[in-house]
Amino acid sequence: MPLNEEEIKELHKKAREIRKGIVEITFTAGGGHIGGSLSQTDVLVALYYKYLNIDPKRPDWEDRDRMILSKGHGGLGWAVILGDKGYFDREQLKDFNKTGSPFGMHLDRLKVPGCDASTGSLGHGLAIGIGLAIGAKKMGKSWRTYVMMGDGELCEGSVWEASIIAAHHNLDNLTALVDRNKLMIDGPTEDITTLEPIDDKFKVFGWDTIRIDGHDFAQIGNAIEKAQATKGKPTVIICDTIKGKGVDFMENEFRWHYGGVDSDLRDKALESIDRYYSKILV
Amino acid sequence: MAEGMTWTVEDGDRLTQAEIYGDVLSQLGEKYPDIVAMTADLAKSTKIGRFEQKFPDRFINVGIAENSMFGIAAGLALAGLRPVVSTFAVFTSLRSAEQVRTDICYQNLNVKIIATHAGISFGQAGSTHHCTEDIAVMRSFANMTVIVPADGIETGNAVVASMEWPGPVYIRIGRGFEPPAYKDKDYGFEIGKAVKMRDGKDLTIIACGVGVLQAMRAADVLEKQGLSARVINMHTVKPIDRDIIMEAVKDTRRIITVEEHNIMGGLGSAVAEVIIESGKACAFKKLGIPDIYAIVGYPEDLYHYYKIDADGIVEAATELMGKEIEEDEDWEDET
Repeated sequence: MPLNEEEIKELHKKAREIRKGIVEITFTAGGGHIGGSLSQTDVLVALYYKYLNIDPKRPDWEDRDRMILSKGHGGLGWAVILGDKGYFDREQLKDFNKTGSPFGMHLDRLKVPGCDASTGSLGHGLAIGIGLAIGAKKMGKSWRTYVMMGDGELCEGSVWEASIIAAHHNLDNLTALVDRNKLMIDGPTEDITTLEPIDDKFKVFGWDTIRIDGHDFAQIGNAIEKAQATKGKPTVIICDTIKGKGVDFMENEFRWHYGGVDSDLRDKALESIDRYYSKILV
Repeated sequence: MAEGMTWTVEDGDRLTQAEIYGDVLSQLGEKYPDIVAMTADLAKSTKIGRFEQKFPDRFINVGIAENSMFGIAAGLALAGLRPVVSTFAVFTSLRSAEQVRTDICYQNLNVKIIATHAGISFGQAGSTHHCTEDIAVMRSFANMTVIVPADGIETGNAVVASMEWPGPVYIRIGRGFEPPAYKDKDYGFEIGKAVKMRDGKDLTIIACGVGVLQAMRAADVLEKQGLSARVINMHTVKPIDRDIIMEAVKDTRRIITVEEHNIMGGLGSAVAEVIIESGKACAFKKLGIPDIYAIVGYPEDLYHYYKIDADGIVEAATELMGKEIEEDEDWEDET
């Protein structure tokens, strides 16, 4: 059922909170992958606060939906959501990146409850997700597997190798999401290595493809619901996003792939997020 | 030993390591309904296809896509299944090193890898298909257990034992028929516990894989020359059996290692690490592929060429006996 206005409003409020959390942790951690954490936020918020069948009190619950952040460098943004969901005490995130902390830039499954796979090296998550999806089918389980990839990650051949296999096995219990923020570390993806047309590429590889505005909750909701209903093939949702979304001076700036903020910049970023949401949440 | 296993020691006289592995895995499929077998277009070559014949629904052939295969294996293990994966050693340890390390070992997942065509056992194929680096690579991955069975009988024992051993396991076997080193399969195989194949007091030959039988043949020759050689089968290179190494140092003071692997980073290096850290005096020689890419040829010719057969071991033993070592009369004081 499509998200109603009230649900969308609530998701925006939650996304605002998460974006502010990302800025705060970037400040306390002394730096972080803030650009990609902000671009992925709305899609992850829709999943975690609406669609994923999970129970944060039972992170190892056998029948939970699985979420793999194949763009592991989005771990900071993901950790803010997992902390908010109650997988662990979010106060722990003050130690993010600190020596001995369970939280490094790329989350470790064995240390972070709610993290279903350790990621960080790009091009690995989709194959792991395929294993989970095949495993569910072999075990007669109905849980679904979601894999969020970065767009720069699509340069990795292993993504395409895995995508052939996912289609071959008709994995309709697998949904891939591409955070298409159009920037990688060194610049725009299309200047460095052309990735488009991404949807056509997945389509000819046997996937159902949906392309959406990754900051529009109505579109995000419809796409996830369509993916859940699709039979016989895996679905990829290409989410057009803006790197640094919500913080005006970071938006579309590839230098904010990774960066730190001092207290002044933090305050400016938080103010910018409030300004952004003042237009959305009227 | 798993119940209901029907393979016998006679199999070692007529089947390759891989054939015994394929049969044993097929039998284990009954006891472990959570086994999912995987390969990358090498079902016939690695003999994992024998599992497919019996359990077609529990078999995944991903095509020629090793990196995806090891990632998928990690996902299957995360789902609660027990993946057993087979491809050639060179693709496992080099092409897919990162998937094995990051997806499987870092997450400490229950994935059992049986890698075939290791060392120079596929000698005619050339260095693209040789694998003289995998022991070094695999033993550097935290959480990984590394086993190099001496023959088909020990391969069967290792595969059975690996099922009850926690975490990832790498079992390295050859391609063709290797004459058996064992006459009995119930010799008490235990992961991490080396086997003293033969006692001796003048020197010790520590071998793994095909080197074990060669070491025993060398010991026969040396005995006729008046030298008493102990032979140790270090089937588990990691975790290594430190006690049996130090016992050999104490008793014989002269050690030769034999492996079908580069002399860099493999069994010889692992044994040397133990000895050096002990501070005890020991004359030492590593036999293996001398840090080059091996020539093409039939394996038995190559074993002779690289002096890891009985002749080569005898030659090395004779040299080693001529080396002077300074040992303390009191073992406890010697550092």
